[in-house]
Amino acid sequence: MGVRYLGAEVQRMEDPRLLAGHGRYVDDITMEGMLHAAFLRAPMAHAKIRSIDSSRATELLGVHRVITHADLGAKYSHRMNQLYPAPVIEQDKTQYPLAKDEVCYVGETVAVVVADSRAIAEDALALIEVDYEALPAVVNIRTALDDDAPLAHADLSSNLMGKMRSSFGDIEDSFEKADHVFSAAFMQHRGGCHSMETRGVIARDDPWGDGLTLWTSAQSPYLIRRALATWLDESEERVRVIAPDVGGGFGPKAGFYPEEIAISLAARIMKCPVKWIEDRREHFVSTTTQRDQHWDLEVACTAEGKILGLRGKVTHENGAYVPYGILLPNSSLTPLPGAYSIPAIDVSVDIVFTNTVPNSPVRGAGRPCGIYAVERMVQVVSRELGIDPAEVRRRNYVRSDQMPYETGAKLRGGAPCIYDSGDYEALLEKALDLSDYNSFKERQAAARAEGRYLGIGVSSCIEDTGMGPYEGTTVRVESSGKVAVRTGAASQGQGHHTMIAMIVAGNLGVKPEDILFESADTAKFSHGIGTIGSRVAANVGPSAHDAASQVREKALKLAAEVLEASEADLDIEDGLVRVNGAPDLSISLGELAVKLTPMSAMRVPTGFDPVLEATSFDGSSGAPIACGSNVAEVEVDPGTGEVKVLRYSVAHDCGVMINPMVVHGQIVGGVVHGIGNALFERMIYDDQGQPLTMNYGEYLLPLASEMPRVDVTHMETPSPLNSLGVKGAGEGGTIPAAAAIVAAIENALEEFSVEIDYYPVDPQYLTELIDKGKVQAAE
Amino acid sequence: MKPAPFIYHDPATPEEAVALLSQHEDAKVLAGGQSLMPMLNMRFVLPDHVIDLNGVAGISGVVDSGSTLEIGAMTRQRDLVRDPAVNAKIPIMPEALEHVGHFQTRNRGTIGGSLCHLDPSAELPCLMAAYDAVLSAHGPDGVRDIPFTEWPLAYMIPTLGPDELLTKITVPYWSANHGYGFVEFARRHGDFALIAVAALLETDGDTILQASISIGGAGVRPVRLAEAEAALVGGNIGADAFKAAAEVARGIDAMSDAYVSSAYRQRLAATLVERALIKAGERAKGSA
Amino acid sequence: MADTRDIEVTVNGESHAANVETRTSLGDFLRHGLGLTGTHMGCEHGVCGACTVMVDGEAVRSCLMLAVQTNGHEVTTVEGLAEDDGTLSPLQEAFWKHHGLQCGFCTPGMLTSLTAFLRDNPDPSERDVREAISGNICRCTGYQGIVDAALDVAKTMQKGS
Ligand SMILES: Cc1cc2nc3c(=O)[nH]c(=O)nc-3n(C[C@@H](O)[C@H](O)[C@H](O)COP(=O)(O)OP(=O)(O)OC[C@H]3O[C@@H](n4cnc5c(N)ncnc54)[C@H](O)[C@@H]3O)c2cc1C
Ligand code: FES
Ligand code: FES
Repeated sequence: MGVRYLGAEVQRMEDPRLLAGHGRYVDDITMEGMLHAAFLRAPMAHAKIRSIDSSRATELLGVHRVITHADLGAKYSHRMNQLYPAPVIEQDKTQYPLAKDEVCYVGETVAVVVADSRAIAEDALALIEVDYEALPAVVNIRTALDDDAPLAHADLSSNLMGKMRSSFGDIEDSFEKADHVFSAAFMQHRGGCHSMETRGVIARDDPWGDGLTLWTSAQSPYLIRRALATWLDESEERVRVIAPDVGGGFGPKAGFYPEEIAISLAARIMKCPVKWIEDRREHFVSTTTQRDQHWDLEVACTAEGKILGLRGKVTHENGAYVPYGILLPNSSLTPLPGAYSIPAIDVSVDIVFTNTVPNSPVRGAGRPCGIYAVERMVQVVSRELGIDPAEVRRRNYVRSDQMPYETGAKLRGGAPCIYDSGDYEALLEKALDLSDYNSFKERQAAARAEGRYLGIGVSSCIEDTGMGPYEGTTVRVESSGKVAVRTGAASQGQGHHTMIAMIVAGNLGVKPEDILFESADTAKFSHGIGTIGSRVAANVGPSAHDAASQVREKALKLAAEVLEASEADLDIEDGLVRVNGAPDLSISLGELAVKLTPMSAMRVPTGFDPVLEATSFDGSSGAPIACGSNVAEVEVDPGTGEVKVLRYSVAHDCGVMINPMVVHGQIVGGVVHGIGNALFERMIYDDQGQPLTMNYGEYLLPLASEMPRVDVTHMETPSPLNSLGVKGAGEGGTIPAAAAIVAAIENALEEFSVEIDYYPVDPQYLTELIDKGKVQAAE
Repeated sequence: MKPAPFIYHDPATPEEAVALLSQHEDAKVLAGGQSLMPMLNMRFVLPDHVIDLNGVAGISGVVDSGSTLEIGAMTRQRDLVRDPAVNAKIPIMPEALEHVGHFQTRNRGTIGGSLCHLDPSAELPCLMAAYDAVLSAHGPDGVRDIPFTEWPLAYMIPTLGPDELLTKITVPYWSANHGYGFVEFARRHGDFALIAVAALLETDGDTILQASISIGGAGVRPVRLAEAEAALVGGNIGADAFKAAAEVARGIDAMSDAYVSSAYRQRLAATLVERALIKAGERAKGSA
Repeated sequence: MADTRDIEVTVNGESHAANVETRTSLGDFLRHGLGLTGTHMGCEHGVCGACTVMVDGEAVRSCLMLAVQTNGHEVTTVEGLAEDDGTLSPLQEAFWKHHGLQCGFCTPGMLTSLTAFLRDNPDPSERDVREAISGNICRCTGYQGIVDAALDVAKTMQKGS
């Protein structure tokens, strides 16, 4: 019986509709009487608003209303709530839905125009006159904490938002005992969201009907429901949030945005549905991003390359507001020992305000930064001691016989970080095999003879996935025999429908096609958390499995009574309960459902609850730790500084794979995102906080033409933390990528002694390093 | 990102188009739209009138005059890639066009649009400089010819009156056995070049008879490396000669901007001039 | 007053007469004028390729054309790729089989672009396919499934011909 679809390469059930052009993304939805909105946004990074005159804009034909902070009235005059309060936030700053008297980044919402069409709304924006008094802006986090630095908000005491620290083991002892101490400093830049679908919201408010409904392109509808209800001071029951088809999320769509409040209020004021679709220029300046982190680290090790300790300091750019608490710096620290058993760590983070777009996690959240930092230091040890990078890793991995292994670090919620299962060394060997690592030196020498520079880089990572507390699933058999499955978890392309249908169908004994899947509508499922941090498979998965099991049990029990057979002799296949050995004796799940939902005055069979349905919130009892080892092979053109990724090999372990095809897609997509971070994506601001990369000719997303084929192989070490043995897979491709690429570049340019101290590694910077190396070699 | 309102015109002849341009103060000509439409959508330009050239007769297509190709300004980049005369006489043009955006943008984008838009990093102006092409502008008083050296006036501004239209580009082609090489460095396929180089070499088998080297992307107008060209003529095809030309390229004036420095552009110019010449040299020998 | 024009355009074989504001892009007209929301707007400045449709058989950016410019022309959108009875085209099938889509937002532009590309280049190399879709950004898939789908279709077409 049971889980026969688990592990099968099932083609996705959501695809035929999307392929035919019948997806339903927010902008595809229209409503009777709907108006269109556009936002006026701050043109400078820091300024006082002296006055706003919207009279000319209001007079424009087709404009219905221009709304500013002042127009919202006392009830709606407060700042947005902190989604993730934390004691380490020393100075908290959240936005007003529409700026009150100060703007703190280019792109901050100042006013919203509601008009007959988006084009007219945009026409009106040009007619709103705002009198700004420019204030100095702070942009560079290296100097943001200096005494004479401009303040990101007029009323801050300094630009320090707060401090964090991850500290365990005896760090002093580690450094005293060490044969060697090496240091390195580097900057990490991570780019923005750039889901191909921008954000977008439709709000409809019907106070006498079904209340406030929001269709929004989001990852966490329940978080938005609560945040919106709280801000409005209304009941969550009267707020419904729906995430329809979502065209990519990657983290920044997991938050709660000023536009979601402003459009809700616009709908309330106008008494009709209002739509706002973020355009791409708005996306650059208003969708939260990740930005810079500076790391200064020291590593202590033995002469054999065994790492004893890691210490140092990080400066983390927070942007202008704190919509998301300290999630990012936190997830940068959690993975700090990486895949290695490092007895002592002491790293602290200064979280710094700047006049730029607020921060949020982007694919991997801080994990790519934390892993990059560890991997850099392993690389430094390898280089300084002249030990092969793969060998250094072997000497330091947490071994499989040490599992479960408590690192000493803390997860987001404060629980200890425990590596649950995995064989990191075996995984590395798989990656090395896949990449023909052992014959690389020959390839390199042959290429060098032709004047070409090849390099190879290795990196390993762990990823805490499946964070709690829960996600739920309801499974209900309809009278037709179709099975309605509902969950809270929104999908932005990860294929939840297919995954959950496979689990339920396999467990219940129906065809996946007979499953009617609905998700991400707060009115259809009571509660959920959201699709973030590679947590869905390890949370929704077990809940779907459990709910289906409960329904199966109930069905079998009832069928045993009806068919007068023993439960042990029953099996369910294609929606039909059969008695083994008596092929004519059967009853369909639909018929059983009808028995449990009889007509009025009829009776529900004794001993049974009505409705052939079950809900479960079964999840993971901790954070399953996925792991991966990557090998990148690159070619560097010293004439131009161009880096070409020739090969990219991944060995990945996310526990039991529900649908290997989907896992493969997550890994490959994640790697390409990571290569984008390593080589291409850079959001540049000038020293006044003006964004300079505002279109896709300037902000470079990875294209098919530059991306390598990614070879992927898997291990499946089941997680002991949930019923399916699964771990998350959504970010494991991204997390180690930059470290592998940067190591490979350095390896290619070894003869120039190139040491890379920031990414994205751009070609100009590389040529400068090469030239410097040449000069040094000549001296 | 919706364009500001404008009034749309679709003239049928160059004369009608010119008349509309003369009549309307704030008018923009719409060719392939691959540069203008993004600027309209972003409201970087807000013309009162848009004059669509897509229905104008007689300003697209390629004619071989015997020594030149006469190319209509509205000839689509994709049609140039496929055109037999272009492939036979100016084979470097399809090579350059492979770098101009993507096949979908080349399906609409025109040669005239690219030359009028005059992005410093664009490939086609660089190529036209290499060929000393002549551009014909149609105005209220008829047609005047403008040598390419006089075409770029300032940053992204061609020598074109507000009521003039580019209608034709005349490209004098080289002998059948010339060698050519178009190379560029862009961050990604289809991006505007950071530096682009077009090199043409004509030989009698050994000796270089004629050379043209044009560098795009360094400044507001393409740079011809006259000094290096002169040094090559009379000499042989060879690595040293090409290296010397590359060193001349390293000395050109180059701009710096938010993304790259002038020193890096100079370095690219040197690297790419050498590579373009090597390519051209190989092809010249091959066809001699 | 808004500048408008009457146009007649054939979309997916069906002719439509409409009065359009001249500043309206082809993409917005298809989506909001005709309700063909399969065509997606990802950047509205010509780079992402999500909005790609075929005009008279050639793949173009619908964000960089005005609706009025299609007067008298034929447009094919993603909705026009499958058979009338809903049977997916071989390319659509191959995308499905090779997991060539995740969120599906870039997919319409990928499909229209590759449909035109494969018609003109029936035997492409992997490099050719990657360059062909260099004007189509996908944030989800890493492109591999898309490239594999295109190569698979080309191979099948070769065998069939
Ligand atoms: C994603 C993308 C990538 C691109 N990459 C490149 C690249 O790598 N290299 C490159 O060179 N280009 C690139 N381009 C731009 C190129 O595609 C355009 O075709 C070209 O710059 C303009 O040509 P057009 O016919 O589209 O002109 P339009 O956009 O219609 O017009 C451009 C300008 O020229 C004026 N104009 C046009 N024709 C005439 C005329 N006959 N007389 C007078 N004025 C006229 C217009 O008024 C306008 O100001 C890219 C575009 C996109 C969208
Ligand atoms: S929306 Fe047209 S190319 Fe992006
Ligand atoms: S599938 Fe999401 S952008 Fe391509």
